[in-house]
Formats: sequence, C-alpha cells, structure tokens
Amino acid sequence: MNNWIDPFRNPAVADVLAGRIGDLGRQLAVRRPGPIRIMEVCGSHTMSIARYGLRDLLPPQVDLVSGPGCPVCVTDTGYLDTAICLARQGVIIATFGDMLNVPGSDTTLGRVRSEGARIEVCYSPSEALAHARQNPGREVVFLAIGFETTIGPVISLIDPARTEGLKNLSLLVAFKRIPPALALLRADPELAIDAFLCPAHVSAIIGAHAYDFLTGPKGIPCVIAGFEPLDILIGIDHILQQKMKGEARVENLYNRVVRENGNLRAQALIDRILEPVSTPWRGLGILPDSGLALRPDYADFDAPRKLGVPLKTGVPPTACRCGDVIKGKLHPPECPLFGLACNPDHPVGPCMVSAEGSCAAAFKYARLALSPSNCVVHQPD
Amino acid sequence: METIQLAHGGGGYLTHELIRAEILSRFGNGPLAHLPDGATLPNPGGTLIFTTDSFVVQPLFFPGGDIGELAVYGTANDIAVCGGRPLWLSLAMILEEGLPLATLRRVLDSIQRATTRCDITIVTGDTKVVPKGQCDGLYLNTAGIGVRRPGFQPGVNTLRTGDVILVSGTLGDHGAAVLAARGQVPLLNGPRSDTGPVQNLVESIGTHAPHIRFMRDPTRGGLAAVLNEIVEGLPLGIRMEEAALPLTPEVRAVAELMGLDPLHLPSEGRIVAVCAPEAADAILASWRTLPEGRDACRIGQVTGDAGRVILMTLAGGKRLVDQPRGELLPRIC
Repeated sequence: MNNWIDPFRNPAVADVLAGRIGDLGRQLAVRRPGPIRIMEVCGSHTMSIARYGLRDLLPPQVDLVSGPGCPVCVTDTGYLDTAICLARQGVIIATFGDMLNVPGSDTTLGRVRSEGARIEVCYSPSEALAHARQNPGREVVFLAIGFETTIGPVISLIDPARTEGLKNLSLLVAFKRIPPALALLRADPELAIDAFLCPAHVSAIIGAHAYDFLTGPKGIPCVIAGFEPLDILIGIDHILQQKMKGEARVENLYNRVVRENGNLRAQALIDRILEPVSTPWRGLGILPDSGLALRPDYADFDAPRKLGVPLKTGVPPTACRCGDVIKGKLHPPECPLFGLACNPDHPVGPCMVSAEGSCAAAFKYARLALSPSNCVVHQPD
Repeated sequence: METIQLAHGGGGYLTHELIRAEILSRFGNGPLAHLPDGATLPNPGGTLIFTTDSFVVQPLFFPGGDIGELAVYGTANDIAVCGGRPLWLSLAMILEEGLPLATLRRVLDSIQRATTRCDITIVTGDTKVVPKGQCDGLYLNTAGIGVRRPGFQPGVNTLRTGDVILVSGTLGDHGAAVLAARGQVPLLNGPRSDTGPVQNLVESIGTHAPHIRFMRDPTRGGLAAVLNEIVEGLPLGIRMEEAALPLTPEVRAVAELMGLDPLHLPSEGRIVAVCAPEAADAILASWRTLPEGRDACRIGQVTGDAGRVILMTLAGGKRLVDQPRGELLPRIC
C-alpha cells in the first residue's frame, strides 16, 4: 500500500522549502511594503499549520490569516438554539461531536444531554440511520452542518431512508458553500488578502475551476493544497512564486485528490436534493446563495418544517470576537477573551470549541509565542 | 444460556453458589479460602504502596486484552511505577442482570492468568448485581497493596534540567485498539492493546533505581497528560522530538483516521520514566532485554521551558503538547 503520509512530512524537504519561501519573501519585500497576507480558508489547514509549527518556518514577510473554513465556527447561534430546543422536546439529536460544547444563547447541547436529553455523537452520518431504525417511536434529527465536503455524505442518508420507509429521520440543515464566502472576503479592503490557500477536500468536490472567478487580471492567486506540512509549504511557495511573476492563477497542487472539475457524482447528488439559499454565517452576516437547503421534494426530511419548529434567531455572546477571527481580521490571541475567559474547557465562542477552530488551534498548539498572561489558564499555586 | 440473575447478588443461596463455583474455584487457595469478611495479611516489611482503580472499558474484550486482565495489570502497574512490588489485590465486581455466565467466566479466567503472571494474590472481594440497564455488562474495581523496592525514591521535586525522558515501548496502542474495536473505524489489521504488566521492567532497573526521578504508566490522557502533570507548576519543562516517538503504523493510522493526537491515546503496559542522564543508556539496555521493553527508547529531555511540554515537529517547527480536553475517549479503561 502507498504511504500518503510520511513523504509529506519529510523534514529535509521541509527545510529546503522553508529556505526557498524565506528567499522569495525577502525578494518580494523589496518590491512592496508590508507582508503578503495569505488566507488559509480551511480549518484543517489552520490545525495542521499549528500542529506542525509551520509559522516558525516562515519569514516575517508572510502572514498566514485563518479564514472561515470551520463549519462549526460559522454556524450561527440561532441554529444551536433550535437544536437545543428540539433536544429538550424529546427528539434524538444525532451530531458530530464538535457541536456538543458550542455555546447557544444560554446553554450547550452537552449540558442539555447531562440534563437527560438524548444526544448521540456520530463519527459517520450513516449512524443516524441506525439510530432511527433502533428508535422507531422517536424522531431522530441529524445536525446537518458543513461545507461541500460534508454535504454529500450527509444527504446520502436520504435515499436509503426513503427506500426503507424510515419516517422518523430528518435533518436540521445549515449547509454552507465556500465560494460565496471567498468572494466576500476577497472584496473586503480592510482585509487586503493577497492570496487564498484553497481548501483541500472542499476542492475535491467542487473542483479547481470553482475558484476561477477569483483569479485573472484583477484577481489573486488561488492555490489548492493538501493538509500535510509539505503540502502547505509547497502551497505557500507557489503563491509567492505567482506573486513574484505578477500572476493570479488557480493552481491545483493537491492533484492526488482534487480534479479540475471536482466530483461530478457528488455535485449531481447535491443539485438533485438541495437548492441555493441565503444563509447567515457567524461573523460574516447573511450571504446570498451561500447556503443550501432541501428542495421541496424532500420537505419530509426538513426538521423545522416536519416538526413545526422554526429556526430561531440567536444572540451571540457580546465580548466574543469570533466573528472577526473568522473573517481573518483578528488573530486569536488578539481577542480579549482568548485563554482567559475563553478556553477549550470553557469556550465562549465556537472558534474555541471546534477541532478545526482557529482559537482552538492557537490555544492547543501555539501558545508558545504568546504573552504569559494568555498562556496559562490555571495558574499554579 | 445461563445468565446472571438479581438473586446472584442477593446474599443468599445463589450468591454462595456463584462465589463457590466461580471465585473460590479460581482464587480460593490463599486468604480467600474460608471467605472471611476481611483479609488478614502478614507485615511484609518496608514502605507500603496502596492504590485503587475502577474499570468500565467498553467493549469488555478487545484485540490484545479484556477488562479482566486490565483490572489486574492496571492496579499492579500503578504499584510498580511507584517503585513497588505488587503483593495483594482486592476484586470487586458489579454485574448487570442478564450478563451471560460464559462472559463472566471468560473474564475471571483472564483475571486468574493475569494474577499468576504478576505473582499477585486476590485476598478479598465483593460481588453485586444491579437490574438490567443500570450498568453495562460488568464493571470491576481492584485495589492493591505492594511494598517499595529498595533504592526507589521517585518524585518530581528531584527533576533537573538535562534529565532524560524514556518510554518502555510504543505509545497509544491500548486506546487505538479499543477505539477500533468499537467499530467506529472498520479496520482489517487494526492495532492491538499493549495491556500487560510492567513490574519486570521496574525490577530490571535494579541498581539504577536511585537515578529514577519519576515513573508513571501513561494510561488515561496518554503521554501528553503524564508529561504535563510532571511539569505543572515547576520551573522546568520538557522538549521532545516528534521523530523519536515510538508509534506503530496501526496506531498512527487510527489516530489519523479519527483526527486524534496519538500522544493523547492511553497505553496499559508501558512506563514513562524520567532519569538522570548518566543512567539512561543502562536502563534502556536492561529494558530492551525484556519482550515488553524491546521498543524502549529515549524521547526527550527536561529543559528550562517552565511548565511547558514542547514537541519539535517533523516539519522543523515546534508546538505545544497540551493536555487532552473534552470527552475524548470515554470508557477506555
């Protein structure tokens, strides 16, 4: 079997790449003031950058900014409030584990579970089918959040459930599409993003061409890279090379997984079952056509319609700056709550909860570089 | 199918039958013989070590081990890493009504094999039965008494900069095996638990015992939890090389698939030791002569990075090794 991991963590190659990135960074600094701001869109990139300490290898001219690519982080408070309300009404909630500790307006799914609500953590959406079969008398609602990567596996529950005649399974949908968010971030003059390190697995579904609209004469480089440390370093290297040549192209460096046109089967499935809608993103507001909702033919799987519980409008915590972190306007340690009132054991905002959240990544792996006041949560006696 | 009934825990005839047939037949040669209310034990001399642990692992049987041997080795190992030689064990069982008797027998057979291997005697015990649904199969509790071996005086207050961190084998095998056994990751050749005794490893340290500053078995929370506990509140830290960490391909595969840090996965038959640099090679050499120590290696050293555990990553960067947080791995032991 091929080893797809170790070659992409090779320290000698990392060293060579870091040297080249340093050279390119210095050459670019002669041409233009200020650092090159590269947004890594995807939460798995954010985690990998922190886990391998990649910032240590970059010159000061390269500034990595974390983007909105953590599905838990961009899910708005109202969605959680709706899920919590359903759980309290006796519905079985099936969910990925990350959602348990995300604060709603006044509590979390984890806390309502300890009060007796039934919440099943799933590693795979197909486990929701099993819960529905085992509990014929109770409604099972799967928390259907995620980007293009996750959407396919989640909605692929629907056909088997219909064929089987399962009447007690539905979805609470808050799916999101990455390209509309990138368009908004690209247009924000305050952010001044110089290039996107495009997500790996989202691109496997939507294809490399999905970023074409961001490139061209007035565009910026969009480079698709995998999640291993060398993938990311090579991605940064190619972004800087494009910058040196004054180019703005889509480059697919993750071609062991990503095709130019993406996964056509998944795209067809999504198109058959879902339709574009405007949807709220935490931190970004309501973006037109940035969400996907169930088409009318599948209304019997739409939990709010089926159960008569409309989506709520939530109240995000006031001092939390997750919105600015998601937009890349704030590095996690710059939030006044970071590491103090907000830490993984007592998260205030979703960026501290999710395994892919920028604040969780910074807290977990990268507190080394921070000021002592933000480093230690439990000061030893 | 014969199953456990509530009456098996009622204290009457069925209880007596169960204990006679299943417990005394296996463990009745020592102080347990006439079922006294408590064990009367001779004074073994020296400093005593006393510890207890409960076992709720799910599933009860997993590749490389089961709840029975886990309950023996878990407590015996806690005594061993305190520098002790395990002597006596208590065994308390909470059984769920309807548990197949065959399952209980399989667990008790495993306990018997493990106590023989550790040369530890079960001297007292208890059996309770709870109604169906009020526990999951069976839970075990063991408490153990041991006596400290000569020369061992471990304690974090003896740590110094330059001390060496050793591990006696690969890391995270138990956690990965139990997770894989739950069927959340379908694997053909998955990891096997390292459940086993560490007392021979401790004994093999022999005359180097005074050079051991600290020993622990990296169970719940894995290596990351142990190392963070060591440096918490100290003006010292720990630095490790990612390239030096002994991980099997199977454990790495499970960790990658499930998005877990293998440093957070528990082991149940390993030692993490901090020792004086001059003794490191000798201790490693003696560990490697034992089958359970063949993969022993040095993974890092004590530094001045106050209170922090730092990993020098394969890619050449560095990162913090944090305590595991949240409900990472419920019912792993």
